[in-house]
Amino acid sequence: MQLTLWTYEGPPHVGAMRVATGMRSLHYVLHAPQGDTYADLLFTMIERRGERPPVTYTTFQARDLGGDTAERFKQSVAEAHERFRPQAMIVGASCTAELIQDDPGGLAQALDLPIPVIPLELPAYQRKENWGAAETFYQLVRRLAVRPTGPRAALDGSRRARCNLLGPTALGFRHRDDVQEITRLLDRLGVDVALVAPMGATPADLARLAEADFNVMLYPEVAQTAASWMSRQLGLPCTRTVPIGVGATRDFIREVAALAGLDADQALAAAEQDSRGPWYARSVDSNYLTGKRVFIFGDATHAIAAARIASRELGFEVVGLGSYSREFSRELQDAAKALGLSALICDDYLEVEAAIAAATPELVLGTQMERHVAKRLGLPCAVISAPVHVQDFPARTSPQMGFEGANVLFDTWVQPLMMGLEEHLLGMFRGDFEFHEDAAPSHLGRSQPGTVATPVPAAAAAAAVAPLPSDPITLPIAQTTTQTTTQTTPPAATTWTADAERELGKVPFFVRGKARRNTERYALDHGLGAITVETLYDAKAHFSR
Amino acid sequence: MNARIPIHALATSDAGCAEPPVLRERGQREVFCGLTGIVWLHRKMQDAFFLVVGSRTCAHLLQSAAGVMIFAEPRFATAIIDERDLAGLADVHEELDQVVQRLLARRPDIRVLFLVGSCPSEVIKLDLSRAAERLSHLHAPQVRVLNYSGSGIETTFTEGEDACLAALVPQMPATTGSEAELLVVGSLADVVEDQFRRLLTAMGITRCGFLPSRRAADLPAVGPHTRLLLAQPFLATTAKALEDRGARRIPAPYPLGVEGTQAWLMAAAEAMGVDPIRADTALAPARQRATQALAASRARLAGKRIFFFPDSQLEVPLARFVARELGMVLTEVGSPYLHATHLDEERALLPPGTQLSEGQDVERQLDRCRAAAPDLVVCGLGLANPLEAEGYATKWSIELVFTPIQGFEQAADLAALFDRPLQRRARLAA
Repeated sequence: MQLTLWTYEGPPHVGAMRVATGMRSLHYVLHAPQGDTYADLLFTMIERRGERPPVTYTTFQARDLGGDTAERFKQSVAEAHERFRPQAMIVGASCTAELIQDDPGGLAQALDLPIPVIPLELPAYQRKENWGAAETFYQLVRRLAVRPTGPRAALDGSRRARCNLLGPTALGFRHRDDVQEITRLLDRLGVDVALVAPMGATPADLARLAEADFNVMLYPEVAQTAASWMSRQLGLPCTRTVPIGVGATRDFIREVAALAGLDADQALAAAEQDSRGPWYARSVDSNYLTGKRVFIFGDATHAIAAARIASRELGFEVVGLGSYSREFSRELQDAAKALGLSALICDDYLEVEAAIAAATPELVLGTQMERHVAKRLGLPCAVISAPVHVQDFPARTSPQMGFEGANVLFDTWVQPLMMGLEEHLLGMFRGDFEFHEDAAPSHLGRSQPGTVATPVPAAAAAAAVAPLPSDPITLPIAQTTTQTTTQTTPPAATTWTADAERELGKVPFFVRGKARRNTERYALDHGLGAITVETLYDAKAHFSR
Repeated sequence: MNARIPIHALATSDAGCAEPPVLRERGQREVFCGLTGIVWLHRKMQDAFFLVVGSRTCAHLLQSAAGVMIFAEPRFATAIIDERDLAGLADVHEELDQVVQRLLARRPDIRVLFLVGSCPSEVIKLDLSRAAERLSHLHAPQVRVLNYSGSGIETTFTEGEDACLAALVPQMPATTGSEAELLVVGSLADVVEDQFRRLLTAMGITRCGFLPSRRAADLPAVGPHTRLLLAQPFLATTAKALEDRGARRIPAPYPLGVEGTQAWLMAAAEAMGVDPIRADTALAPARQRATQALAASRARLAGKRIFFFPDSQLEVPLARFVARELGMVLTEVGSPYLHATHLDEERALLPPGTQLSEGQDVERQLDRCRAAAPDLVVCGLGLANPLEAEGYATKWSIELVFTPIQGFEQAADLAALFDRPLQRRARLAA
């Protein structure tokens, strides 16, 4: 049993639903108890779709458990086929239906419908949403894709290369705009998109997958299983680089050029017209971004891409990298190692919260859940990965991929940070009634309630945001400050003198956490009994070497 | 003006009309499960924590339903059952103990912990009532651990509140005096609860408790002298549990709209032996204010056709309000469950011939809805945008559970909830 405040992924049948809803003319019959239809509103509200997901639920109740739930399932399949007339169907169970073991696959086969009916085995007590999406897409491709009969026509310059875009689904983070951006990019290179799947494809379209020259894998979390199978069984090679960030997009273009038989340098020159990110990051205004401490968490694809952009394209210092995608832990460990870190691979929200607090970052790049943590800790935050809420399905075009995606990322990540001049002025002058470190950055357009102008509520507000007694935010070192220290433990050295505490208050707020931690570590290492102003500056000099 | 007289007169005159039979359907039900009740109950009872024992689906439902609220530290969580728990029941209780331990260490301010059953925990027959007893013993006297089921197989949406309140009933102290006491049952917005308390006092009813109370550790008393006034129509189990402890229910319509609120409060006055003239005088200013405030919405909504999909069991009282006070025309009034006696007073007030339906087969109901071509459809979030895209104006129904709508002062706000989608359509079209 696992205590869960927030979950990064839904159950696997939600992944299957994302595939079905992304596609057209595919229907999903889900054996599930009453209430599981809540999942519909993920699509109708968060993604704001104007049609119901193509999902029929059996919605059994307790009184049905005494009777024949299997019969009820068969009836639902028959009725769904009759009403919606899809080209193909998928059938499966939700977590509760898995327990009553009605065998949806077998029952649906027994109906002998005139269309392909694909059973899904999604173990709800072991696996999660992305795995469910990947497995569903894989089963669909395996069942529906037709093997090529002869060899493919050669890419000899007489025709344009054709590729499939794999991975975009309903409820995917920016999938809509990524597909548009990558299609445009490929078109500039001289490559046509034969098919996008699952998003927008019908079961009949999937039969034609092998007609393309190669696959472009946009989202490995959803597409990798199917892409590997196609590479083995249909002879379709597949790209490995996910084009998020300028560097990754360039690598991606080289990879595509090789697969499509194009000149890589020409392709790069043709594609880079709209790329503004690199110049923005080089312009002097961005100087103050150098070495900003950033913590990154999300699905593996977006987290790894973000780490590369943060460290090599924006000049941040990545102080934490993690993901909830266990399926990609090796890739994540490699990326972390390259940055001198150890990757945090976990889906325990409380553990992520503790890791962020311990890393004392100045910016958090994460999911909707990291927004909760950042809000609690008072840190700037930008969203880079699912799970996300309605505001991250915007009306405007906002891809993460390609060169336009890199432009979007530059704006999105820099926005929550305090702007350069304000940051300098706060370092120089304190106690301003309007511009002070407890106020939100002024370009974000609102002042914190209960600020310096009203001293009493300010105290109350500070108390309100103060961590709870049992909060993991408490720095680990502070817990060693007990009077009962024995000879075997190092002398406790975390008593701050009043002067030192005041001096610490003069350190700009966004690096103060790190300064406190470093000073305490320095004092502990040097066996100092109390921290004075001198200790603070000694530690500063020590760690700046 | 005494509202009781016209109501009773209407009720008898309607009794002779031929009622169309209630349409009872079974099929796909597009409704929430009882776990959703946690979303408002955890805010109402500020010292309570709700621990769902269930699957990842349950956790996912809660955070999807909690929407924007998820930025606050919530007072609910899920203990997710995994493979190891399913392999054998032996260590499940130990696992649960550890989860509760971790939770209470993080939230030392919690006084009442609800272990909430779900479909998976019910299907594997995990004995949560025994676990609650054991844990109560372990964490007494700081924390009391209770248990109820919010599973989809047993409860629909607001029935989760019913199950939760019913679990509180055995914890309520027994009354000591011999005087009649009023107990108002059902979650109400704080502002509404305060208004009712003021009105009841002005009418002369001072001995009055509310369930749920704002702190789950301080419950009102119950006993043979308790008169039970239901503020919500979905409290069948709670009412039964209170009646088993001697309380007697006051038959009344529900406090929605001017008429409903007036009748509800006057029923309490009669049951508590308060002089009806004094009571009515106390209500007059608020009643007149509310009647005036309703006029604008009524002018816009009169004659509009409305269709209710089943959701919360509030549908029948809401239909009565929109029909009688706003002049809307009812096409179909769907409810997940129609309680025979708790809805008696409401059904008597519905226009003759109103088509009621209980349960759901969502595809067939959508067919009927399209055939009826209503001006406004009241439905859940899974249907609202798709119906809008088809050209229907919709009012999403859970807002009716999350908004203060009961009482005189809220009557116009309630009308505005139905008025707004139509006004919006008119503005966007212009």
